[in-house]
Amino acid sequence: MANNAGQDDFQTKLQNWLPKIVLSPSIAAMVVFVYGFIAFTVYISFSDSKMLPSYDWIGLANYTKLWKLSHWWVSITNLAVFATLYIGICTVLGLSLAILLDQKIRGEGMLRPIYLYPMALSFIVTGTAWKWILDPGIGLENTMHQWGWESFHFDWIKDRNMAIYTVVIAAVWQTSGFVMAMFLAGLRGVDNEILKAAQIDGASNWRLYRRIVIPMLRPAFLSAFVILAHLSVKSYDLIIALTGGGPGRATEVPATFMYSYTFTRNSMGIGAASAVIMLMTIAAIITPYLYAELKEKK
Amino acid sequence: MSNVTQDTAVRTSTFTRIFIYGLLILFAAYYLMPLFVMIVNSLKPLSEITSGNMMALPEVWTLEPWRQAWSKAQIGIEPTGLKPYFVNSLLIVIPAVFISTIIGAINGYVLTKWRFRGDTLIFGALLFSCFIPFQIVLIPMAIVLGKLGIAGSIPGLVLVHVVYGIGFTTLYYRNYYAVFPTELVRAAQIDGAGFFRIFWRIMLPISGPITVVSVIWQFTNVWNDFLFGASFAGQEQPMTVALNNLVQSSTGVKEYNVHFAGAILAALPTLLVYIVAGRYFVRGLMAGSVKG
Amino acid sequence: MKINKKTVLASALLMATAAVQAEDVEVLHWWTAGGEAAALSVLKDDLSKDGVGWVDMPVAGGGGGSAMTTLRARVTAGNSPTAVQMLGYDIQDWAAEGELANLNDIAAANNWDAVVPTALQKFSKYDGNWIAAPVNMHSTNWVWANKKVLDDLGLPQPHSWDDFVAAMQAAKDAGKIGLAHGGQPWQEATMFDGVVLSVGGADFYNKAFVELDEDALTGPQMLEAFKRMETLRSFVDDNFSGRDWNLASSMVINGDAAFQIMGDWAKGEFINAGKVPNEDFLCFRVPGSQGTMAFNADQFAMFKVDSASAQEAQGKMAAAIVAPTFQIAFNQVKGSVPSRTDIDPKQFDACGQKGIADLQYANATGGLVGSMAHGHAQPAAIKNAVFDVVTNHFNGEFDAEEAVEELFNAIDAAK
Repeated sequence: MANNAGQDDFQTKLQNWLPKIVLSPSIAAMVVFVYGFIAFTVYISFSDSKMLPSYDWIGLANYTKLWKLSHWWVSITNLAVFATLYIGICTVLGLSLAILLDQKIRGEGMLRPIYLYPMALSFIVTGTAWKWILDPGIGLENTMHQWGWESFHFDWIKDRNMAIYTVVIAAVWQTSGFVMAMFLAGLRGVDNEILKAAQIDGASNWRLYRRIVIPMLRPAFLSAFVILAHLSVKSYDLIIALTGGGPGRATEVPATFMYSYTFTRNSMGIGAASAVIMLMTIAAIITPYLYAELKEKK
Repeated sequence: MSNVTQDTAVRTSTFTRIFIYGLLILFAAYYLMPLFVMIVNSLKPLSEITSGNMMALPEVWTLEPWRQAWSKAQIGIEPTGLKPYFVNSLLIVIPAVFISTIIGAINGYVLTKWRFRGDTLIFGALLFSCFIPFQIVLIPMAIVLGKLGIAGSIPGLVLVHVVYGIGFTTLYYRNYYAVFPTELVRAAQIDGAGFFRIFWRIMLPISGPITVVSVIWQFTNVWNDFLFGASFAGQEQPMTVALNNLVQSSTGVKEYNVHFAGAILAALPTLLVYIVAGRYFVRGLMAGSVKG
Repeated sequence: MKINKKTVLASALLMATAAVQAEDVEVLHWWTAGGEAAALSVLKDDLSKDGVGWVDMPVAGGGGGSAMTTLRARVTAGNSPTAVQMLGYDIQDWAAEGELANLNDIAAANNWDAVVPTALQKFSKYDGNWIAAPVNMHSTNWVWANKKVLDDLGLPQPHSWDDFVAAMQAAKDAGKIGLAHGGQPWQEATMFDGVVLSVGGADFYNKAFVELDEDALTGPQMLEAFKRMETLRSFVDDNFSGRDWNLASSMVINGDAAFQIMGDWAKGEFINAGKVPNEDFLCFRVPGSQGTMAFNADQFAMFKVDSASAQEAQGKMAAAIVAPTFQIAFNQVKGSVPSRTDIDPKQFDACGQKGIADLQYANATGGLVGSMAHGHAQPAAIKNAVFDVVTNHFNGEFDAEEAVEELFNAIDAAK
């Protein structure tokens, strides 16, 4: 750091320490509220906690119980299906809408908030409306029948093999507009001169996007992936509002599993064990991203 | 941050353009459908809902459900409607958003302009806090809030929201400040400007776009929170908890029109923020966070 | 949405000063909306006449699940409410943690031991000490029927299981839905309560669900119970999954469906729709389970409070809950019957009177059993394990034989 001669020694020291002092409350909060709590959860997962935390060590018993529960297997299979589709569809849809919206569209100012607003609403607010729309008796199917399209059939939410896909539909509704905004921002940052030069060289629109524009959006892809990945692992309100985990237990995911074992089934130990596994999964996804992201910035 | 224009160089035919407009409008319908269902049904009497078409416009238009939801509906043992809870939400959201944004800005400033050994590691560790599932922190958080003596109070709830918000706000500001030329900061330093002076005079004035992103993000998250609100709020329950109390009657007639009106009322502030600040939102994203 | 600065400031000040005073009771509950919330405010008024203030802490959702989460947060923070609405084994679990207050003096002064049904006392007492004040008694083995639908088809009220099946078949043949049902785990479990009682009566029910006897759980009667669930499943419409119970009730009210098996809270839906018991709709026990009653009772569990004045307020609240005035006022609205046996049934409508008579009979003859579906037969872990099996079976994941096997395994794993 550039030290001017003649400055007060104390003040220089203070200036050198100030950034770290300013940062320290955040670090302290993080150590306690994130890593401390994770440590607490890990400990609970090795204890015989039932209704309230207990500190009696029982080793791996909760984990062996957890992996024997068919319910847990259903949850993680659902998460795998859900996360893959959700991240995939949101990314494709978000990118497509962003590209379309980037074609000097009249009324962009109207359309953009329409695409974006679902992100502003929680499923506590929109849950009932979604349940209605998906319900064949009162929702889309019924409406189409009343409008004369008798053969229209849409009863996935009642079908235990299909219900998880209706959850994807609602989840995509909520976040794809947000992903669109991220891609749109990325597209607006692309230098037009490059595009013009490529077009003079006779590149087709399709080639233009595939070869030049999309590769330039890499940071937007990464940000979108991280946001979508963490939303899919955390998705709880969504399941509760739409299906309540049903039909039967067909749409349970790890977040609902963890909540129900910890809080409604009085098996806090098993709940904590499932939380630890969730955290490890998140870490496995996020750490490579963080590593790549941060190394690049050096 | 240069070359910010509304145009692309891509040329398209009329046919393609009609197709594009069609597609965009189709998707607008998909995004609007739930809101449409909510609004239409909040303006109908209950009898029309139970017998009729979800998509149909009301035969009898009525604002009564809105009046009910806002000031008359039974929530808990008092027939107060959602009105008093609206203020509670504001009292929680405003300080939480303000504090977490300020902290995020300062953190971003330190992590980009006052770098030190291990700063990337600290940033990485801080970022991981964005990904912690909130269900697991409930019990340990309750213990800590109890020890601090702020359980069941607004300050306690503000603390919770700030703690789990600074990961995101720091991320936004750090990425935004990263592209700002460090030479300017150095030059100011040589001119004798101190840590806070540089922040105040140089960094803050250029922070408009990213502040919009950070505020929108935090405002939405805190306003929509249910889990923390239900667990740690005490008497001053936020709007989401009240809305849930309104719609989740365990045994009794479900007044869907009142529920929908209440849901829209609870969502109005975040909706307004998105609609009013939406354009700045894209601009802010553009300026910082997605440029990596 | 006009909010001026003054209102914000004023309410902020109000909140700062409205902290719980010594003569207040803070009540955590999930009766947060509509009639039942209004009915609870009767209790608040009773208490305010006694000089006790009421600090309301409503948290709805998940049949009390959200409220229980809030309660855990409150207790771990060392900030317990005065009284908490609770069901069955939850009360015992909290008592086992040593968090509940002793109400023996109030109980003795108000003669609770004599007037509260014995089967219910099992949940209101821990180690012989009163810890909770019961509000009501619901029962789950009810059938609600549309009288006009039955009359049009020339069907009498069914008294045996076979009659019941035949009646549903007749309704189905006439183009109606035989059985209105909402596909949520707790609703399926609610039906299962009545079905198990109809198969083997209170003895079998207790053996299987309370004692968890292996022979009962794996025997032919349990197989028959699951087969009856399959029969019921065949009379449910295709669109049942995820439906709220009250929407199922309105199918009966509107005459689209003939029957619904649901607890007595369903009566409120009929009454609110302007229907009259015995004229527009019928209420009767699940055929085959007459004389028995699977109950669940809402209670207010009392948490330990420190100061003498807070204890006094808590005691007043407990006494007011069990007092006849509140029992009558509340249960008329809620559809349940009073949690004491000395109330004059004339205060209630036909279904309520029948409920009270059933309670007295079942209480005297050993037919009063705790509802599995509503946490009065087993603690939460086992209850939910049963839910898993019943709901998976009902949704076609396994057949009756597999369900019997799964039921035993799931219960065993959850112990």
